Amino acid sequence: MKKIKILFFAILLLFNSNSLISEELEIGISQGSVKPTPIAITEFYSNNLNAVKVGRDISEVISNNLERSGLFIPLIKESFIQNNESLNKQPRFEDWKIIKAQHLLSGNVNIDGNDFIVKFKLFDVYAGKMIVEGGYRVGKNGNDWRRVSHIISDEIFERITGEGGYFDTRIVYVAESGPAGKKQKRLAIMDQDQANHLFLTDGSYMVLTPRFSPTSQKITYMSYINNEPRVYLYDIEKGQSEIVGDFPGMTFAPRFSPDGKKIVMSYTDSSIGNSEIYVMDLMTRMDERITNNPGIDVSPSFSPDGKKIVFNSNRGTRQHLYVMDVNGKNVKRISKGAGSYFTPVWSPRSDLIAFTKVEGGQFYIGVMETDGKNERMISKAFHVEGPTWSPNGRYLMYYKQSQTFTDSEGNVKSGGESRLFMIDITGYNEREVITPLEGSDPAWSPLLQ
Amino acid sequence: MLLRILSTVFMLFFIAACGSTPKDTASSSDAGTITETSSVSGGVAGGTQDDLVINVGDRVFFGYDSHDLSSDAQEQLQVQASWMKQYSEVSLTVEGHCDERGTREYNIALGERRAQAMKNYLIGLGVEAGRLSTISYGKERPAVLGSNDAAYAQNRRAVAVVN
Repeated sequence: MKKIKILFFAILLLFNSNSLISEELEIGISQGSVKPTPIAITEFYSNNLNAVKVGRDISEVISNNLERSGLFIPLIKESFIQNNESLNKQPRFEDWKIIKAQHLLSGNVNIDGNDFIVKFKLFDVYAGKMIVEGGYRVGKNGNDWRRVSHIISDEIFERITGEGGYFDTRIVYVAESGPAGKKQKRLAIMDQDQANHLFLTDGSYMVLTPRFSPTSQKITYMSYINNEPRVYLYDIEKGQSEIVGDFPGMTFAPRFSPDGKKIVMSYTDSSIGNSEIYVMDLMTRMDERITNNPGIDVSPSFSPDGKKIVFNSNRGTRQHLYVMDVNGKNVKRISKGAGSYFTPVWSPRSDLIAFTKVEGGQFYIGVMETDGKNERMISKAFHVEGPTWSPNGRYLMYYKQSQTFTDSEGNVKSGGESRLFMIDITGYNEREVITPLEGSDPAWSPLLQ
Repeated sequence: MLLRILSTVFMLFFIAACGSTPKDTASSSDAGTITETSSVSGGVAGGTQDDLVINVGDRVFFGYDSHDLSSDAQEQLQVQASWMKQYSEVSLTVEGHCDERGTREYNIALGERRAQAMKNYLIGLGVEAGRLSTISYGKERPAVLGSNDAAYAQNRRAVAVVN
């Protein structure tokens, strides 16, 4: 029964997004739509007064996660008929059918010494049965309960949509502050729901383009420390950073290989001035040049199997996207449309490449298949760039910069602000990812271990 | 050419604002003709950043997505090369910059090419390579704010900074 439901849901998604894509072609942006699933997310019950609040908080985090995904509508708590104490014993499915909840989440929190014991059950209301249950032990201090909330959110998302989860993840990005044109740019990290925000660098030097390791708590990024723009590696757990390689010129645009053992990046030999793509082995510290072309070669990204690299080059007439073998052989252009293409990123699902496109003075975020077929734009703005994939390949995050308006003396009147956004890759449910300061260059972590 | 005139006007304004008597430069409508500049001109010491900015010109401009030096830019760099020869102890960092209408990563590469274009041209005019280094800031350090073509034109630049 469950399998059938999931299949049906997936077909519904496909049908809806495809039919809308063709209708919306005239404005160039494909806006899919999905029918979100109504779900009742109840407060996690506790008979211990010291756990009541965390029970409520867990429920709220899960509810916010699922709502932001665009695939669920959490029903308002005021509509619930069965109370939590009674639900904790046994759900009365009739009570939940009346308010049209397709799914029901119940849970409870107990205290055991210094730990919370958090348990949950997910029900299919119409089938009248439990789909999945689980339990977690987590320290009472701090807010480790948030991670449990994300892990439960992922369980629910996976069971109901049939796709991988993405809630137990973090975002590293560039936090920007200060006057336009002289913005301080700092590395910052936060949970995907914007909680636990932390600055990783102090702003005394500029940092750009952080990217998460797919296998460890490490970030690679570009730093202008000592006025020498180079690629660095930051260990989140140790709070330490180190330079990647010993290059006499600028290194930039880094990304990890899928196994986390290598970094691919651009290097500009200062005696030549041209940017070529290099792969650096983080264990042996040996580097290998893999492009050799008078054009600018930049923004490399590995395929998930580690065998290919997609990159951006202005060889030829304009900036286009090219795919090559990891040894630099078999270079093929994949982008075919008008306009210029930048910052390709290979989906963790392997099927798509997301990119930035500039055409007719407008910026777009788009996706295409890995051979360049079926290109479609999913977001459009005065300026939007730098997509990053959620680990399940379902969402993209990127940043937009608003147009800067100045007065007759050149002072900024408005605009010029950078903000993070995320969207479902069908082009549906674009929303801002709120950050304390301005934000740019987001990079999504893999699911936490 | 419009940009050159604008920057000349700006320089004159700057000098006037400093309260000095711009004897050498005020007589000329072209910031490039500074052959009579002595070691102290317009109240600034020769061979300094101020000297470079006020009496020589510290920057050249580029077309959209280009790192080619225009004839105006080449003319400007000839003046700069003479100045470098006059002050043989001076070394420069050439900063490459871009307008905001590109991606961060591509613009970092493009900015480096602009800085290299300026550096290589100066080397071609006889300035020792060891006195010139480059750095690219991509689009991160605009000289002029605003999302308009006039601002973009001012931001597509390579700028010499005295070390």
